[in-house]
Amino acid sequence: MFDPLFDLGPHASFITISYILVVAVIAGLILWVRIDYARQRKDLAELEARGITRRSQDVGGQDQG
Amino acid sequence: MALIDLANPSRFMAFVARVLPFAVALTVVAFAAGLYLAFFVAPDDYQQGATVKIMFVHVPAAWLAMFCYATMTMASLGTLVWRHPLSDVAAKAAAPIGAAFTFISLLTGSLWGKPMWGTYWVWDARLTSVLVLLIMYFGLIALWRTIEDPIRAGKAVAILTLVGAVNLPIIKFSVDWWNTLHQPASVIRLDGPTIHPTILWPLLVMALAFTLLFLVLHMMAMRNEILRRRVRTLQMRAAARQPATATAQAAE
Repeated sequence: MFDPLFDLGPHASFITISYILVVAVIAGLILWVRIDYARQRKDLAELEARGITRRSQDVGGQDQG
Repeated sequence: MALIDLANPSRFMAFVARVLPFAVALTVVAFAAGLYLAFFVAPDDYQQGATVKIMFVHVPAAWLAMFCYATMTMASLGTLVWRHPLSDVAAKAAAPIGAAFTFISLLTGSLWGKPMWGTYWVWDARLTSVLVLLIMYFGLIALWRTIEDPIRAGKAVAILTLVGAVNLPIIKFSVDWWNTLHQPASVIRLDGPTIHPTILWPLLVMALAFTLLFLVLHMMAMRNEILRRRVRTLQMRAAARQPATATAQAAE
C-alpha cells in the first residue's frame, strides 16, 4: 500500500487539478440547487403571506400541485 | 404507493422529502468507498501509471452525461405522448446537471490526454460528438429560457431533445465506426470488460456514486422546478387581482 499524497507519479499535477475541478463543478451544482430552493421557498412564502393561494387551497380540496 | 401516484406533483414533493436524506447519505457513503478504492486499493496502470486515477472521475462523468440525456429523451416522450405532468419538469431539471457532467468529462479527458496523448484536444469522433452533446445541453437550456410559458417551452424543448437523441448512439459507437485516438469501449462490451478487476471495481463503485449524485441532484432540481411553477401561478393570480382592486379604488 502506498501513500497517494506523495506518489502520484510524474503527472501528479494533472491528477490533482482534475479532482479539484470535479469537486468545484459538483460543489457549484449543489450550491445552485440549494440557493434556487431557498429562493423559490421565499417567493412562495411571500405570496402566501399576501393571501394569494392556489385554487386547490382556496376550496380546501385535495392539493393538486 | 404505486409509481403512477408520483405523477401528482404534491405527492412527488412528499416522496422527495422522505427519500432525500437517505439518498444523500447513500451518495456520501458511495463516494467515500469509491475514493478509498481509487486512491488506496487500485494499483497504477502498467501503461498510464497513476494517471489512471483520472479515469475514476472521467468515465462515470461521461456515462452520466449520456444517461442524463437519455433521461431527458424519455421525459420528452412523456411530455409529447402521454402529457405526463412531471415529464417536462424532469427534463428541465436534468439539463443543467447533464451539462455539468458533460463538462466534467471533457475537462478531465483533456487533463488525461495531455500526459497520455501529448495533446489536450483532438477533433476525433468521440471527443467531437461529446462536445456536440454539451452544446446541445446549452441549446436546450437556452430554449427553455426563451419561451416564457413553461408548457409551450416544454413541448418545443421535447421535440428538440428527441431530435438530439440521435447523437447518443453516435457517441457510443463513434470509437467503432471511425478511426479515433480515443480508445474503444473497455467496460460495456459483448465479450466482457477488458479492465483488470482491481481497477474495474473502484471504477464501478465511483460510477454508482456519480449515479446516486445525479439522482439526488435531479430530485432536488425537480422540487425547485415544481416550486417555481407554483410561484409563477400565484404571481399570475396576484396580477389578475390587481386590475380589479385598482378599478374598485378608482370607483370610490
